[in-house]
Amino acid sequence: MAEMDTSSKGGGHKKGPGVKKGKKLSTRVDLTPMVDLGFLLITFFIFTTTMSQPTAMRLFLPKDTDKPEEQNKVKASGALTIMLGKSNGVYYYEGELAPDGSNFKSSNFKDIRQEIISKKKNTNPDDFVVVIKPGPEATYKNTVDILDEMTINEVKRYAMVDIFDVELQLMKRTEESAGIK
Amino acid sequence: MPKVKVPRKSTNVDMTAMCDVAFLLLSFFILTTKFKPTEALQVTTPKSVSTKAVDAKNVVLVTLDKEGKVYFSVSDENKGEKEQVIDLVDQLKSLGLSAQEKAAFAKVGTYIGVPFSQLKSYLQLNPEQMKAFKAPGIPVTDTLNNEMQIWIRAAATAFQGKKMNLLVKGDNDAKYPSFKGVIDALKKNEIFKFSMITDPEGVPPGTDLYKKNQASGGRATDE
Repeated sequence: MAEMDTSSKGGGHKKGPGVKKGKKLSTRVDLTPMVDLGFLLITFFIFTTTMSQPTAMRLFLPKDTDKPEEQNKVKASGALTIMLGKSNGVYYYEGELAPDGSNFKSSNFKDIRQEIISKKKNTNPDDFVVVIKPGPEATYKNTVDILDEMTINEVKRYAMVDIFDVELQLMKRTEESAGIK
Repeated sequence: MPKVKVPRKSTNVDMTAMCDVAFLLLSFFILTTKFKPTEALQVTTPKSVSTKAVDAKNVVLVTLDKEGKVYFSVSDENKGEKEQVIDLVDQLKSLGLSAQEKAAFAKVGTYIGVPFSQLKSYLQLNPEQMKAFKAPGIPVTDTLNNEMQIWIRAAATAFQGKKMNLLVKGDNDAKYPSFKGVIDALKKNEIFKFSMITDPEGVPPGTDLYKKNQASGGRATDE
């Protein structure tokens, strides 16, 4: 394949004592390095190719309304309030926040899923609602993660609400006692 | 017993065929590779289980960088709308921009990350200066002076009659208040639908969504 026919069979050259024989050089080239190079480049291009296209996550916002009749009333017993704090901290309470903050619990992004699942199981689907309250120290990633958690666990009703001062204070105190900076 | 003669075979393999295949694959990969466009803003997007691809038509992009600064840009494909946006902003805030400064905005790849007070001087910079310029970000956290609201209003007006595709591209480390500022700006403009750009991620097994996907035969769900 990788050689050329250099022999001159059937050519016009005569063989004989008077004809000088040219030295036949092989044109066979060793292709191994070329193959090596080829595969090296292939691997490079395979690795640099971006296969994964970015995806879009849709978010629908509720309309801010002052009219009480237009507001969705949340049945307190069916609500799960999740707050996002510093350093990926997650805090939550079920129902209404007790005045002494006794039902305020801390969690993390791994364990919150179990909490959502069990709350979903134990609540009437019509009453179940998750209230998400990202604090000022929460990151965008935390927010997207918790919204994603809603999709993962198929929570149909959830809302993103501003955090209340009481909750913020409580969260700060919990963070301080846990030594989160 | 007669000796069986084993013919000695050459260990030389013809590499030509392999070489052909290698370069065929190589050319395929070179041609199909789409290099990531060099972005002036370095943003690492979070992951989500969403499987919907980003729609690249009529894009209005709001970017949050890792310091929580907010930037605004309109897709370069919509040149007409881009010009309209800057015209509207100019009118709404009576900035007195010259035609040249407006043209600077309509140029390819321009994004805005400055308050209105600095917009005029920012648009006077040449492209290299613009690249080196450290933008302070559009102010959004102040509820009384949420400038993103004006930008979104201008964009919504410019894209009237078309389906504006509002995308929010946030960095993992951006703090929530700036995201909230963007949301507020959207709400004020009565835009309640938007998409967030994320990287795909597998659905954790055992969850409700996972079960649903399994039941639907592994087909990707829309939401």
